[in-house]
Amino acid sequence: MIKGRVYKFGDNINTDDIYPGRYLSITTDREEMAKHCFELAYPDFLKTARPGDIIVAGKNFGCGSSREQAATCLKYFGISVVIAESFARIFYRNAINLGLPILIAPGITKRVEHGDMLEVDLEKGIVKNLRTNDEIKTIPLPSFILEILSEGGLVPYLRKKLGSGEKGGNK
Amino acid sequence: MTIVEKILARAGGKKKVIPNEIVMAKVDVAMSHENADVVLKSFQEIGVKKVWDPEKIVILFDHRVPAESEKTATTHKRIREFVREQGIKHFYDLKEGICHQILPEFGHCRPGEVLVGTDSHTTTHGAFGTFATGIGGTEMAGVWATGELWLKVPESIKIIVKGKFRKYVSAKDLILYIIGQLKADGADYKSVEFCGPAISEMSIASRMVLTNLSMEMGAKNAFILPDEKTIEFVKSTTSKPFEVVLPDKDAEYLETLEYDVSDLPPQIACPHSVDNVKPVREVAGLKIHQVLIGSCTNGRLEDLAVAAEILEGKKIHPDVRLLVIPASRKVYLEALKAGYIEIFLKAGALILNPGCGPCLGAHQGLLAAGEVCVSTTNRNFKGRMGSPDSFIYLTSPATAAKSALTGEITEPL
Repeated sequence: MIKGRVYKFGDNINTDDIYPGRYLSITTDREEMAKHCFELAYPDFLKTARPGDIIVAGKNFGCGSSREQAATCLKYFGISVVIAESFARIFYRNAINLGLPILIAPGITKRVEHGDMLEVDLEKGIVKNLRTNDEIKTIPLPSFILEILSEGGLVPYLRKKLGSGEKGGNK
Repeated sequence: MTIVEKILARAGGKKKVIPNEIVMAKVDVAMSHENADVVLKSFQEIGVKKVWDPEKIVILFDHRVPAESEKTATTHKRIREFVREQGIKHFYDLKEGICHQILPEFGHCRPGEVLVGTDSHTTTHGAFGTFATGIGGTEMAGVWATGELWLKVPESIKIIVKGKFRKYVSAKDLILYIIGQLKADGADYKSVEFCGPAISEMSIASRMVLTNLSMEMGAKNAFILPDEKTIEFVKSTTSKPFEVVLPDKDAEYLETLEYDVSDLPPQIACPHSVDNVKPVREVAGLKIHQVLIGSCTNGRLEDLAVAAEILEGKKIHPDVRLLVIPASRKVYLEALKAGYIEIFLKAGALILNPGCGPCLGAHQGLLAAGEVCVSTTNRNFKGRMGSPDSFIYLTSPATAAKSALTGEITEPL
């Protein structure tokens, strides 16, 4: 069960908003990426968001570029889950591959306010608003996506599947 | 089945697939640019020693060429070493140009194949009847390790285009118009098929404008149905055999949309979203500071040709900076031979080396607060090209060239 405070956004938040292009030269230092979340478009985020917060957003969250840094920066900032009315597909896949939990919840922006506390059950796909006691159903994640998430992302998932872990790889 | 269903069925080793079914698809071409560095980190973390097939991976540099910082120089160096170590066969160092021009020029786009790239505008290669889509770095690391990835079979939208464009109205105006209608999420997760007499008439370069920008309405991929023109182009770039895949007559579409371009006026996407589209005349007269002609959308020979036609023998407005970026070295050479480069230089343009230039805000001509740029690129997000207080308007090369002359947003005719 994930519990956290809501940081709310509108529709069509693009990946340039989430992670400005000027920092794309940061390719490997993930902690450094986390220092630039929403830096230009929503500068208040870095001042007021806290690790453990839950992002709730409108439709088409993460549209635009394929930059994985957009999902990486949120994960390493400490965002616990992103819940949106809908997602752009590359961001959606990136989040899963990085082990950043993500849920599609049509209608959620009308039932959740900035600063609300939520309780999220990823496996059941249920979001509870602790302020209103409202229970919001999300679109359930396919089982193999839950499996990737529960392993912590595609890298640990493939290490297990291919047996390419610490022992030096299988190839 | 639709074209996407047929290609994904084949790639997944199945006879038939239906929308929303998930297939493990075998990848034919896997492209990365500078973000190969992101891929590399995840690839090393997976722990596999060798890539699945060094002949199917394409790596090139275009986003920050030549290196704009020591950090990028180090990234380039690390990737070059990896390319050597793994024996990656198709590596194009910084001299060649933009990935979405290099892939077709060097024969990596073939009908019926599955092509993935760590760049959202990978949808461009659907212009050759290829299933082509963008993925992230870690996902590509999985492809490098295993040669496959999961894909949900998308539903399809068919877009039929009829009519004949007016002078100086082009594929860019059409696709901006369509995005303005369907909006930024109008094709989310969907496969888009373009067909009809106006598409058949179009050059390969113009078709690539449609598939390139389909990304901006959320499309998973886009296709131009392959025809004689496609086959002739592909055969001129690759000797590898391919099989043309076309939709069945009874293929099922989520929607079929029809457009007639005959009366379409020039279009412009206003700040700060690509779906904020208006006819150019509605914003005509707005003072501008910079014009950019280039990119994976509109940096090809025909784009430079129309700009040259408009700029020939004239001088750009003294308050405007005009940046011209040929999409590739080949395009640059052809433009040079055709005399376009001389026309641009005499008009007062600055010619930059082939690459992404300032499009993504890395370098080479960023904007200050309050500045307005008319650009032939594909994104106008807030702060994309420099200051978050600057303004990007997306247009065709014709509108961009004409606006460079007048110093304000101007219809080309």
